[in-house]
Amino acid sequence: MSSLISVNNLTRRYGDFCAVNNISFELAAGDILGFLGPNGAGKSSTMQMLSGNLAPTLGEISINGIDLLENPKAAKASLGYLPENPPLYKEMTVNEYLQFCGRLHLIGKSQLNSVCDSAIERCGLGDVRQRLIRNLSKGYQQRVGIAQAILHSPPVIILDEPTVGLDPIQILEIRKLIKTLGETHGIILCTHILPEVQAVCNRVQIINQGNLVYSSGIDVLLNKQSTQFEISLASVVDIETLAGNDAFSAVQQIDANNFIVDTSMSAEQLSAYIVQQQWGLCRFVPRQASLEQIFIELTAGDIGISDAAISEESS
Amino acid sequence: MILAIAKREFYSMFFSPLAWVILAVIQVILAWSFFTSIDYFFSIQSELTTIKNAPGVTDLVATPLFEVASIILLMVIPLLTMRLISEEKRNRTISLLLSSPLSISEIVIGKYLGLLFFIITILSLITLMPLSLSIGTELDLTKIFSGVLGLFLILAAFSAAGVYMSSLTDNPMIAAISTFGLLLFLWLLNNTTAADGGSNVLHYLSLHTHFAPLLRGILNTRDIAYFLLFIAGFIVLAIRQLETQRLQS
Repeated sequence: MSSLISVNNLTRRYGDFCAVNNISFELAAGDILGFLGPNGAGKSSTMQMLSGNLAPTLGEISINGIDLLENPKAAKASLGYLPENPPLYKEMTVNEYLQFCGRLHLIGKSQLNSVCDSAIERCGLGDVRQRLIRNLSKGYQQRVGIAQAILHSPPVIILDEPTVGLDPIQILEIRKLIKTLGETHGIILCTHILPEVQAVCNRVQIINQGNLVYSSGIDVLLNKQSTQFEISLASVVDIETLAGNDAFSAVQQIDANNFIVDTSMSAEQLSAYIVQQQWGLCRFVPRQASLEQIFIELTAGDIGISDAAISEESS
Repeated sequence: MILAIAKREFYSMFFSPLAWVILAVIQVILAWSFFTSIDYFFSIQSELTTIKNAPGVTDLVATPLFEVASIILLMVIPLLTMRLISEEKRNRTISLLLSSPLSISEIVIGKYLGLLFFIITILSLITLMPLSLSIGTELDLTKIFSGVLGLFLILAAFSAAGVYMSSLTDNPMIAAISTFGLLLFLWLLNNTTAADGGSNVLHYLSLHTHFAPLLRGILNTRDIAYFLLFIAGFIVLAIRQLETQRLQS
């Protein structure tokens, strides 16, 4: 599979401050890449460089096989970009704005209307298409920004925090839209909402202090054997009984009936075991090794700790 | 594509009341000035008939009108150019243009063209006033043409300087004030040097030195070249400025 984006040794310095340090990664068609990082980690700088808004200090970027630095116009033609702040001309109506964006992306007059109509429909903007962008709510403005990025159906779509300011239903709709788009396009989703990445993406990258500290497929993460379980027991069992039991390596009590236990048993074995003990098992939840744990582990400490964590992850 | 940007720029001026107010104010002031020139012309008309080679109605009405227009627009153009690039930077809308398949030169030239369309609108409204005299009298049309061309060139030069100033900052107010300062300075260069018979270089640099002959109906390639170079120079500076910001920001 040829890669849609390939980034090689990308570095960006602001004076002495190194915002992005020697990052390399690739994006293939059909990939939805979640790009994570705490504030100020260099996410947005990377996105700005990929979209040609910022020139890199060092490194290469190629989009759809075309070098962005040598041939920027051709490379940017296969790119749709939604920056952190949607770039909206607020004195225009939604329709006028999208038509203008279409013209910028070299869409011919004959197709312009149909292209705009389909983007409006996909982003659910039908009711507001004749209204001034200024008068729309934040959520609708965000959707206009997304419509702008997918308008010319570019092979590569970069979305920088696309669900900010949307209500829960809209968020679900946008996630669905991103998933659908991901089937045919390559998408980079830049966010710090972790469940969103778990819900939408098939690959995750974490950047911290300008360095890429984690990169893997999301299925690797989700299929990881869980070793921690949340259990609710109907009959009152005191914590000593559990803690004294050899089956558990650690036990935490949440309240009278709820416990978190660490064990080496599989979920199947454990549930059978508890039932056999007749503790009145009424709830049993395997705790997934969540993205949140990895994220905090990688970004909370200094770089040295994170490096150790990577080698652990990859082994 | 350049045209798409130019068209958007032109229309967006009319979305805000600014363009309408500017058009109205210019028109009222110039109409008053036009009216007083005509009044003056009537009052001295009888004396004019006694003079050989007396100045005609074009010299006494149209030329002063263009002169006044250039001074008023010196103050108005900075208001039109101020938001051109600085507001895009402030609202971050510039990233839409930068991530589109466009070069920075196309963005700047597109915006400049949009502004020129608006200037042509202003100019045609101004030109209609002296042209209306052709109902009652005979006009020196070539002289009017030369005057309009001169006014167009000097306004285009004002705008180019304004575009550059707008690319320097993300605050429209600062862009407007610095543009106004620069233009006023370039205008006044002529006065100071003329008074003490000073340096020819400074005199040559003044915008007014090259505008005056065109008003009198003298079409000189040297003056036209000056304006074209002035415009090209500032547009190239604005393009360079945006390129540098992309590298540094």
